Amino acid sequence: MMMHIDVSSVLRQTLSCELYSNLVTRPTGAAVRTQIEALLADARERSLTIIDFSHVGMIDFSCADEVVAKLLLRYAAAEREAREAYFLFRGVTDDHWDAIEAVLERHGLALVLESADGDGARLVGIVNEGERRAWQTVYELGRTGAADLSAATGSPPDQCQQVLDGLHRRRLLMRLDDAYVAVGGLSGLHG
Amino acid sequence: MTSVITVPPSLDDHTFEQVVEQLASVPADARLLVDARHTRWASPYGLTALLALGQSRAERPTFAVPDAEETASYWARTGFFRHADALFDLTGSVPRARGGESSVLLEITAVTKSEDVHDVVGRIQQKAAQILSKELNIDAKATVGFAMTLSEVCQNIVEHAGRGGWVGVQTYTWRKRLGNRRVVVIAVCDAGCGFRESLESAPGKVRGDRWDDAAALEEAVIRGVSRFRDPGRGQGLAGVRRYVGRWDGKVSVRSGTAKIAIVPSWDDDVPLQEQLAPFPGSQVQVTIPERVAGGPR
Repeated sequence: MMMHIDVSSVLRQTLSCELYSNLVTRPTGAAVRTQIEALLADARERSLTIIDFSHVGMIDFSCADEVVAKLLLRYAAAEREAREAYFLFRGVTDDHWDAIEAVLERHGLALVLESADGDGARLVGIVNEGERRAWQTVYELGRTGAADLSAATGSPPDQCQQVLDGLHRRRLLMRLDDAYVAVGGLSGLHG
Repeated sequence: MTSVITVPPSLDDHTFEQVVEQLASVPADARLLVDARHTRWASPYGLTALLALGQSRAERPTFAVPDAEETASYWARTGFFRHADALFDLTGSVPRARGGESSVLLEITAVTKSEDVHDVVGRIQQKAAQILSKELNIDAKATVGFAMTLSEVCQNIVEHAGRGGWVGVQTYTWRKRLGNRRVVVIAVCDAGCGFRESLESAPGKVRGDRWDDAAALEEAVIRGVSRFRDPGRGQGLAGVRRYVGRWDGKVSVRSGTAKIAIVPSWDDDVPLQEQLAPFPGSQVQVTIPERVAGGPR
């Protein structure tokens, strides 16, 4: 199941005001996240949600913590939950990045950003070099298993499996049977 | 008997200490006259701190407005008297605010709730972009960081002060320290509970051997400690420090009997001042100077 959430629309609904296009203040961020979570509540076992910042003017640190970090923290650590929620962030510009980067660093989080022209995606935030290389390889190869990753990178298969599992737990890769696809990868979008 | 507090001729974050020192010996419920008749200039910090002074008094004080027509007129254009009227009995000639003042980026605005922060950020963005790029020679991209900084310092009032405060933003030429460079200054002042009391309200807060206003400021401003257990808290002031550092700016926070400052090379302020005369709440000032060739990008 794939969903698209326009954060700006959620913001306006939350504040009941057409005038505000900035994601500022912690209470606003908490309200927006609650609204996003309510939308996600209808999702099935596995969902990919595009969180779209295209029409958001700016976001401050407090709001980024509430909207981005807490959303990722909840679902990235949600192994206990039956549902697997994945997020692809769209429309994130330099105007948003300082705040988002700061909260990713603060919490040791990572996310997948759709590139500005909508053609491609990249992994940002706190990942080690092995994780970054693995994610990029899966992104380029499409559906990838540990053996494929091992062949592509030269790393031992069991080590590749560990990295893939770790990225899956962080909801940066989707698991399809014994293979993985990158969030933001074409096959992932249609998986 | 009425105690008279004389406002210095030039009122900024440094000279406001003279006001606080005079206040120290006056009981909170004493009748007070704040005499600004001979004041000729005030920074946004000075003006918003005067409002905090009015807010802190148990009995409504009297405020004598500046004699100088130009000064009083300027204060009116900043919106000062509109807020002061609710806190003081104003005496003297109070001019009516007329027209916009180009150096006033944001006229003095009350901040009590989250919506006020939205309003402040929304109002400042377009004008800030023009001022930062045209007057301060700073990349227009810095505008977003400026609005974020403004948002975070205003949120401190909403989240921690326990009562409302005021924000003002202004540009002016700083002759004393910066050799005629332009600066943009954000001032946010309240007479609320202050940093120490806010941190003391944290669940399970254990006070160390040294626990006072200075220690509270160090925890909040330098180490990003908040009264909330949520690990995401405390990022606001850290973000402000990062922004200020990037643009060679200065941030100072006064609370209770202490003042802490992140001091750039162009300024000679003291990083930590302790045992100042007590003043309630928090008073924050952020200064971003005009960029000169070879300065930070």
